[in-house]
Amino acid sequence: MSTSANSSLDKGRRRNTAAELRRENFRIMIRTLILAWHAFAKDRAAVVALIFLGVVVMISIFAPYISPYDPTDAVAKRGAPPGSTGVILGADLDGRDILSRLLWGGRVSLLIGVVPTVAGTLIAIFLGLVAGYIGGWLDQVIMRILDIFFAFPLVLMAIVVAGILQPGVLTIIIAITIGLIPYITRLVRTTTVSVKQQPYIEAARAGGAPVPTIVVRYVLPNMLAPVIVYSTTLIGLMMVVGSGLSFLGLGVQPPEADWGIMVSEGRAVLKKAPHATAFPGLVIVVVSLAFSFIGDGLRDALDPRARIR
Amino acid sequence: MSRFIAARLLTIIPIMLGVSFFVFMLAHLAPGDVTTTLTGPYATEEVREQIRIKYGLNEPLMVQYGNWLGRVVQGEFGKSIANRRLVAELIFPKFANTAILALTSAALAYVIGLFVGIFAASRPYSLFDRLAMSGTLLFGSIPPFWLGLLLVLLFSLTWRWLPATGMTKIIDGGGPGDVILHLILPTIAAAAAPAAIIVRTVRATMLEILSQNYIKVARAKGIRRNVILRKHALRNALPPIATICGLQLGYLLGGVLFVEVIFAWPGIGSQLWAAIQARDIPTIQGASLIIAVSFVLVNLVVDVFNAYTDPKIRISEGMRA
Repeated sequence: MSTSANSSLDKGRRRNTAAELRRENFRIMIRTLILAWHAFAKDRAAVVALIFLGVVVMISIFAPYISPYDPTDAVAKRGAPPGSTGVILGADLDGRDILSRLLWGGRVSLLIGVVPTVAGTLIAIFLGLVAGYIGGWLDQVIMRILDIFFAFPLVLMAIVVAGILQPGVLTIIIAITIGLIPYITRLVRTTTVSVKQQPYIEAARAGGAPVPTIVVRYVLPNMLAPVIVYSTTLIGLMMVVGSGLSFLGLGVQPPEADWGIMVSEGRAVLKKAPHATAFPGLVIVVVSLAFSFIGDGLRDALDPRARIR
Repeated sequence: MSRFIAARLLTIIPIMLGVSFFVFMLAHLAPGDVTTTLTGPYATEEVREQIRIKYGLNEPLMVQYGNWLGRVVQGEFGKSIANRRLVAELIFPKFANTAILALTSAALAYVIGLFVGIFAASRPYSLFDRLAMSGTLLFGSIPPFWLGLLLVLLFSLTWRWLPATGMTKIIDGGGPGDVILHLILPTIAAAAAPAAIIVRTVRATMLEILSQNYIKVARAKGIRRNVILRKHALRNALPPIATICGLQLGYLLGGVLFVEVIFAWPGIGSQLWAAIQARDIPTIQGASLIIAVSFVLVNLVVDVFNAYTDPKIRISEGMRA
């Protein structure tokens, strides 16, 4: 009787300490995030880029409420120049308002940049952790298969995959994700291998922690920083690649708008209405630049060793 | 050295096999029946059955792959669905045209990358350095197809200095002068992004090396700055620079596709794009295989070059092999 009471008391106490430990861990995490934010906030370009991107995202979300016209309606003279009555940025070859199409197009173009990078990173983290931590034949199989994918330049890989599947936004997202996985996985694996050799991992193993616990609680958080930095810098590049696939007609189908297809549609009237090509391209450049600045800021905040590069 | 080359050659065999298998599988990954992708949507059931027998589509997948690979090794990719010509006849001349454009673009990117990168690294945080770094950020973010269109708008449509399109035959065309005129704009459009990446790599590598102790010693001995840069720093910076240069050339082989489409350059990229629009699977397979194989070979050449210039790599890799 007394022993069982004792053991339940012990259990209660242990649960208590476990909860305390979790709270302590949580506090450490918050403190780390605050520290990282302070480091990030020192980079003024990165903060401006972050605010700018926040605005772009809000505009894209609320496009139905703020865009002056329907993006697929002809509302002005064909190829009307910027500043014409009613259309601030002019109209495209079908007389559709370019500003409205830019606002709506952001929904697709941002998705094409962000979703494949996030999806590719998640898959790569899984593959890289397995290859790097467990190693052995799994490592060999994963890395040799990725070697094959490395033989295709990313743009070629994306174009071929997108070209084989039916055109559409989902196709572009899948195509870029497949193209990205080998690059991020390689980084995850290298980082995992170097973290694995740290004494604290050995200590965790000696303490009898099961492999999943070690990987999730000790390896993952310690290898995440360079991976997040790398992925963030990739978002802008992938927006450019994705807009290229749209430009080739592999993404959204007319009359829907996205920045890449707008450049492609403007091409037919390049001389008569250069603004129809210029504005969407400019938006791609500026948004992609903003992602680069954020990536640089994150690198300085999270991965100071890589600062020289 | 020959041992290193032999060992490195062995490593590309499994990669080539994997690449060819992936390309082979493209026909099966495409939605719909394989016979449709091979014959087009209007084939009758008899034709489909003939195709199944001719290409052995009733056989197990690995047997099919073996047969296909046997034909591909002999340069036979099948017939183009779009225009009934042999895919090999279609893509090899086009690949030569792409190689010309990719090589001129790579050369331009190397020259800009090396000069700007070294100059920026020799005067870090100077006005030139900061301008160069902003430039690399900007040009790294410009979509090549948009840059191409801007160049066309300015130099062809507005000022009428240079032709935008019209390059159809490179050999037996308007002669070398004509080819060079047609090359200028596409080369600039394709070189911008690789040049930006090379500038950043060269600068970072040189900065790292210039902070080493042996550079300080050289400086203390009173050796002139240019000599230090050229002889002491650049030589040791070569392997990473050569690696990134090779990678960029490889990426260009696929990445010039956008530029080829804009400038109607008769290269493998335009061909691939046309094939994708026509869902012409044999041509897609042939074009992507030839690009992937050349990419692998370019990387091989870079590795050999690095082993040649850097004994450390040669020895460690040779040991491993």
